[in-house]
Amino acid sequence: MSKSITIDGNTVPFEEGQTIMEAATAAGVYIPHLCHHLEFAPHGSCKLCNVKVNGRVCSACTFPAMEGQEVLNNTQELTDDRQKITQMLFVEGNHFCPSCEKTGNCQLQAVAYHLNMLDDHYPLFFPTRKVDASHAEVMIDHNRCIFCTLCVRASQQKDGKDVFAISGRGLKKHLIVNAQSGLLKDTDIEATDQAAHICPTGAILIKHTAYQVPIGERIYDHKQIDQVSLEKEHDQHGK
Amino acid sequence: MTKFIQDLAETHRYQSTHLLDILRSIQTHYHYIPEAAIEQLAELLKTPRTQIISVVEFYSFFHLSPHGEYEILISDSITDHMLGKKSLIDYLSKKLNVAVGEVRQDGVVSLDNTSCTGMCDQGPAGLVNGHALTHLDHQRIDLITDLINQQKPLNEWPDNLFLVEDNIIKPGLLLNQSINQGSALQATFKRGLKETLSELEQSGLRGRGGAGFKTATKWKFCSEEPETLRYVVCNADEGEPGTFKDRVLLNTYAHQVFEGMTLCAAIIEAQQGFLYLRGEYLHLYEKLQGILEERRQAGLLGNNILKQGMNFDIEICLGAGAYICGEESALIESLEGKMGIPRNRPPYPVTQGYLDKPTVVNNVETFMAAASIAINGGAWFANIGTEKSKGTKILSICGDCARPGIYEYPFGTSIQTVLDDCGASDVLGVQIGGPSGTFIANHEFKRQLAFEDLATGGSFIVFDNSRNILEIVNNFIHFFAHESCGFCTPCRVGTSLLKKQLDKIIEGHGSAGDVVALEELCQLIKTQSHCGLGQTAANPVLTTLERYPELYQSQLKKISYEPGFDLDGALETARRLAKRNDAGAHLAQVEEES
Ligand SMILES: Cc1cc2nc3c(=O)[nH]c(=O)nc-3n(C[C@H](O)[C@H](O)[C@H](O)COP(=O)(O)O)c2cc1C
Ligand code: SF4
Ligand code: SF4
Ligand code: FES
Repeated sequence: MSKSITIDGNTVPFEEGQTIMEAATAAGVYIPHLCHHLEFAPHGSCKLCNVKVNGRVCSACTFPAMEGQEVLNNTQELTDDRQKITQMLFVEGNHFCPSCEKTGNCQLQAVAYHLNMLDDHYPLFFPTRKVDASHAEVMIDHNRCIFCTLCVRASQQKDGKDVFAISGRGLKKHLIVNAQSGLLKDTDIEATDQAAHICPTGAILIKHTAYQVPIGERIYDHKQIDQVSLEKEHDQHGK
Repeated sequence: MTKFIQDLAETHRYQSTHLLDILRSIQTHYHYIPEAAIEQLAELLKTPRTQIISVVEFYSFFHLSPHGEYEILISDSITDHMLGKKSLIDYLSKKLNVAVGEVRQDGVVSLDNTSCTGMCDQGPAGLVNGHALTHLDHQRIDLITDLINQQKPLNEWPDNLFLVEDNIIKPGLLLNQSINQGSALQATFKRGLKETLSELEQSGLRGRGGAGFKTATKWKFCSEEPETLRYVVCNADEGEPGTFKDRVLLNTYAHQVFEGMTLCAAIIEAQQGFLYLRGEYLHLYEKLQGILEERRQAGLLGNNILKQGMNFDIEICLGAGAYICGEESALIESLEGKMGIPRNRPPYPVTQGYLDKPTVVNNVETFMAAASIAINGGAWFANIGTEKSKGTKILSICGDCARPGIYEYPFGTSIQTVLDDCGASDVLGVQIGGPSGTFIANHEFKRQLAFEDLATGGSFIVFDNSRNILEIVNNFIHFFAHESCGFCTPCRVGTSLLKKQLDKIIEGHGSAGDVVALEELCQLIKTQSHCGLGQTAANPVLTTLERYPELYQSQLKKISYEPGFDLDGALETARRLAKRNDAGAHLAQVEEES
C-alpha cells in the first residue's frame, strides 16, 4: 500500500524521500513558491511555501513527507501570511512592474496576483542598487533580485560553472558574480546557460529579447501561476 | 603579501574549512582583506572567490576596505547603554577625532559599534583589534587616545585595560566543585560508558544553551547513527546580550568543560571535537590552547586517553562577530568555513552535522555539568531543581543591581530571591533569557527559573524604575535587525520593518492603527521565520506589549493615519541647498486633530 499524507483534508500519496512540495505537485496541488524549482536542491529561503504540518509551520519545499502528516495549505491564515511575505519582497527591492521588461512573465508578480496582493502594505525601502549591463548578452538588474539563489544553483548544478553567489548578511545581502572585476562580462556566463534564464523575476535578463513577446501575450497575462506551475512541473514531479 | 598568504594557507594545510581562521590572520595583519589576498586564497584553497567574498561580507569582524591599525569597537548592549555608553562613544569619537563608523584620515584608528561583547558586568566595554576592553571611562579613554596617538603596540598597553574579572558572587552545586583533572573520565571508564550515559539520563540534565533538549537523549541518538565518524562541538558563541557565564566557565573551569567534551566523545565514539569560541573572547584563546596542551601532556587528550585506547582531540575555532553562529546548524556551517546560515532541518546535527557527519552540539555549561554528573552520579543532580528542570542554572546577572556577576541557583528559585541576592531595588522589570527571552514586570517576581516557567540560557538583566521600556525594546529590536543572517524573507525584511515601525511609534509619528500593525508584523516574523533568531526576534515587543499596552498607545498621535513617508523630512536636503528654514519651507502632510 502506498503511503499518504493529507493536504487540506485530501489524501495525497507520496514516495519515500519526497518533500511535501513534491508530493503535492505530483498530486496536482499547488503550493505557492519562489525559491523552489524542481530541478534543483531546495533552498527553503523565501518561505512562501510555508504550510502547517500537524500544527507546526514547515517549509513544504524542504520538509519530507511522512506518514500521518495533516498538512494545511490553502487556508485564509496562510494566504494572508504569504501575501505579507510577498509584500516584503516587493518593498525590499525596487520593483516597478509597469516599466519592467519581465512584466507578465515574472513569478514574483504572478504570485502576488495569485495571492490577491493589492498594495505594498509596508513602507518601501528604496534601496540603492546597481545594474550590471557589462555583458554583451546577459544583464543583471540588482533592483529586482529576491535572493532565491536559483541562478546560483543553476550555474553550479546545471551549467557546471560558478558564476553567482549571494554575499553579505541580513538586509545587506546581495548577488555577486565570479570575476575579479565584479562584472558579469568577465565571468564565463553564456546566454545559453540555464542560470541566465532561470531568474523568477526580472533581475537576470537576456538582452535584445525584451519585447519579442508583447505585453498582453505573456505567460501570466492569461493564466494564473498555479495552473502554469502545475502544468510545467507536474509530470517531472510525478514520475 | 604573496608569501604571507602562501605561508598562511600552508599552515592551514590548504583546508577551506579553515577559512575563518585564515581570514582572521589576514584581517589582523592588513586591517582588512585585500582583493589580492582573496584572489590568491581562491587559487590556494581551490575555492571560488565568491565564496571567500561572501564569508568576508557575512562576519562583522572582516572588512573589504581598510580599517584602522587600531580598530576600536564599543559594545552596544543595553547594559553598556545603561552605564553611559552613548556619551562615552561621543567622547571617544571627539578625542580620537574620528566619527563613529569611520576610519580616521591617517588610517591609524577606526571606531564603530558592535553587538554585546559579553562584559555586561564590567562595562562599558569594547574591543581593540579584537581584545576586550572593560570598565571604560573618561580616564581610560584619555589613556587609550594617548596610546593610539603614540602608536604603541597593543602588547605595550597597560594590562589593567584588558583585565576581565570573573565576578563569581554566588557559587552553587557546580561552581563550588573543584574536580581533579581526569577524574570524570576515570569515573566514566570505571563505571562503564553505557552506565555513565544512563547516569546522565537519570540526572535529567537538559541543554543549557536555551532550548533545553535532554542531553543524554542527544548523545544516545548520535551514538546510534550508522556513520562512525562523529564529532563533538562545544558551543561557546555566547552572543545573547546579557550572557557572560560561558566566558567565566571557560576562564576558570575550562578543564571541566573539556572533560565533559571528552566524556561525550567516549560515549558517542568521536575522535574530533571543536570549541567554537566567539571572536569577542579572543582574550581566552591562548589560555585555552595552553590548557588543551596540558591535557595532552597528562594523557587526557590525544591518542590512547587514560590508556583506554580512546583517541580524541579538541580544536579551538574562533568566530568573527555573528550572533547567528550560536544557532547550532549555523555554527556548524561556520566551522566548515562558510557563512553562518542555519540549515534546513531535518536532518538534525545528530545525524548530519559537521561535514554531514553525526555531531553533538552542546553548550559550555552542559558539558561542565555532564562532567560533574559523571563523577557524582545522576541522583546527585536530579535531587535538586524542579520536576522538569533538574539541577542548577548558572546566571549572568547585570543591569541595575549592586552586585552584577555570576550566580548559581537550583531550578525553581523565584525571581524575587535572585533580585534580593544581587542587590536590586526599585525594580521595574527583568529581562529573562536576553532579548530573545521574556520581559517580566514587577508583579511577576514570584515566578520561577525553570523550563516550565521562565527559561533562560543565563541572561538576567535588571531594570529599575528610572528606565524607559521603549528604549530597551528599541535597543533589542535594532540588535536583531543587525544580526539577522538574511537567509529567509520574514526575518531579513521583517526585522528591518519592525525596526522602522517601532522607530515610527517611538518618535511620535504613530497613529491609531500602528500598534495593531506592529503586533501583526511581530506575529508574522515569529511564526514564519526559518530559525530561532527570527522566531524570537519580536519577543521584546510582544512581551512588553502584552504587559504595557498603554505605553505603546500613549505614543500614538490622535489622528487616524500617519503615512510611513515623512514628507517634511524629505525636504531637508532641499532646505539645506536653498539655505532656507522658514515656515514656507516646511510641509505638514496631515493636520493634527486638536
Ligand atoms: C539565534 C540563536 C543563538 C544561539 N546562541 C547560542 C549560544 O550562544 N550558545 C549556546 O549554547 N546555544 C545557543 N543557541 C542554541 C543552540 O542552537 C543549541 O540549541 C545549543 O547549543 C544546544 O546545546 P544545549 O543542548 O547544551 O543547550 C542559539 C540558538 C539560536 C536560535
Ligand atoms: S538574480 Fe534572480 S535567480 Fe538570482 S538570486 Fe536574484 S532573484 Fe534569484
Ligand atoms: S530567521 Fe533570521 S537568522 Fe534565522 S535563517 Fe531566517 S533570516 Fe537567518
Ligand atoms: S519555495 Fe519553499 S521556501 Fe521558497
